[in-house]
Amino acid sequence: MTTTASPPAAFRAAAPPGVRTTTRRGEHVACGVLMAPFFALLVTVFLVPVGTAVWLSFFASDEPGLGFGPEHTIFVGLRSYAAVLTDPTFLGALGTVVLYCLIYLPLMVVVALALALLLDSGAARLRSWVQLGLFLPHAVPGIIAALIWLYLYTPGISPVVALLGKADLTVDFLGVHAVLPSIVNIALWSNLGYNMVIFYSALQAVPREVIEAAVVDGAGPVRTALRIKTPLVRSSVVMVALFTLIWSLQLFTEPMLLSQSTSMISSRFSPSMYIYDAAFTRNNYGLAAAASVILLACTIALSYGVTRWTNRAPRELSR
Amino acid sequence: MSAPGFPAALRPRLLGRTAVNTVAGIAVLYTLLPVLWLVLASAKNQDALSGSDILSLRGFSFVPNLRELFATDNGIFGRWYVNSLLYAVGGGAISALVSIACGYAFDKYRFRHKEKLFGLVLAAVMVPQTVLALPLYLMASAAGLVNTFWAVFIPVLFNPFGVYLGRIFSEGYVPGEVLEAARIDGASELTAYLRVALRMLGPGLVTVFLFQLTAIWNNFFLPMVMLSDQKLYPVSLGLYAWNSAATVSPEYYPIVIMGSLLAVLPLIVAFILLQRFWRSGLTAGAVK
Repeated sequence: MTTTASPPAAFRAAAPPGVRTTTRRGEHVACGVLMAPFFALLVTVFLVPVGTAVWLSFFASDEPGLGFGPEHTIFVGLRSYAAVLTDPTFLGALGTVVLYCLIYLPLMVVVALALALLLDSGAARLRSWVQLGLFLPHAVPGIIAALIWLYLYTPGISPVVALLGKADLTVDFLGVHAVLPSIVNIALWSNLGYNMVIFYSALQAVPREVIEAAVVDGAGPVRTALRIKTPLVRSSVVMVALFTLIWSLQLFTEPMLLSQSTSMISSRFSPSMYIYDAAFTRNNYGLAAAASVILLACTIALSYGVTRWTNRAPRELSR
Repeated sequence: MSAPGFPAALRPRLLGRTAVNTVAGIAVLYTLLPVLWLVLASAKNQDALSGSDILSLRGFSFVPNLRELFATDNGIFGRWYVNSLLYAVGGGAISALVSIACGYAFDKYRFRHKEKLFGLVLAAVMVPQTVLALPLYLMASAAGLVNTFWAVFIPVLFNPFGVYLGRIFSEGYVPGEVLEAARIDGASELTAYLRVALRMLGPGLVTVFLFQLTAIWNNFFLPMVMLSDQKLYPVSLGLYAWNSAATVSPEYYPIVIMGSLLAVLPLIVAFILLQRFWRSGLTAGAVK
């Protein structure tokens, strides 16, 4: 990253000193002007809200819901955190999201990588059409994807349910055991092609000589894919895993929509739904803020963990 | 390779080729069939929809569905569509300009704590939207902006990932020598950016715009929190409201399906027309 910045700097050092100071000042002004709009946004829609969430989580309104007299906000310390962490519905929501990640994350990474390796193997036909076809669901907004699949899960409308019915199979896609896999399926459908294209682009950047060397050494196509290509695209696997994880923790749109049609999804199904319910249905801002900060802490801890773990792994491999 | 090795090597390859293409074909069917269902179902009237026979032409009513969609609730769907376009196209364009300018400054200038500041930008990528929603709502409420266009429009301008992409594109597309030449010609720093660098950053600008356009078109949580006036809804939130009505009165189903089809179209068109841009964006994000 720094290499591209150094040539102009070295060039500038050769200029006479007087010219240099004016350009330096000009550069600072220009740099400030170019960055100011973004950092204004960063402060107003990111830093201040995060700070507000933390601040709110330490306060509660006195006698919530009664509405007599002026509202009092009182400092309650960690009481909101204690309330959230002992609330079985929040712990249930957290458990749901953990289970969701455990199913969704490996499935997504393995299927997307497998498809990318298949496309890259050279045996696949119509590669750019396959890519475009797989990528298409990314252009379908999340709420529309959830709507399409909701209808495909609904008996009476869905051709899938009707087809299974003809084969004497009755699957209640919105039933108690199937509802989480049904949500995983919506997310997989939406993001599979997007992640596959990321993997495929990374695979295309693998030097062909490396693969030719492997083939000359007698490695078959499967062995080449798993032992040579996969380790070489590790950084994009990590990136996809990280973004998928962050995105999964926010699980909201799909269960929110499905909850209109099934009683298996409560209004506090996922942590994000819990926050929404606490803030805008129960008007308990302290509770919602504490839950938000906990969700944020989990996200940061997990992202940090994934990055640390993957940074350490190659050193262990080389030992 | 030696001649005797050929037939043995060829046979598994043929088998493998069939297997590879079958798997790829199944994957494409998995992604395309639900969209195809949407297209076919949009042309069905309510009775044919529940008849489940998706391929028959019985109850074909594409045009009546379309007319019904734009007539329901005094044509509010058209309003939602225009809102979505305003939020997404306007927001995406401003957001792309802001992010690219910042990414360019991160790449081309040196200042104290630069990498720490960039780390802050990257950290912002990870923060869940749902965490920011309540404080944003309270701030908008204090500023009197709740239930206005701006309550949804301003937060979506913030795109830290765009800054990251902007920095990478600036490294790749704008050589320092060109800027130096502009400086020697007497151009000020900002003129050099506007006249020289921005033109070279064009493809990057389109990529970031496309990413943010998709994100805003998808946006659901923020409008849901901020807006109570149906006239300000984007399409996503409007269809959500109609779908909840459909669970009680099924005559809403055909218009929700037709509305969904129309909501999908602009992004599909954008992605097909701008293929090379999103591909370059994904590559830039993945390889670095």
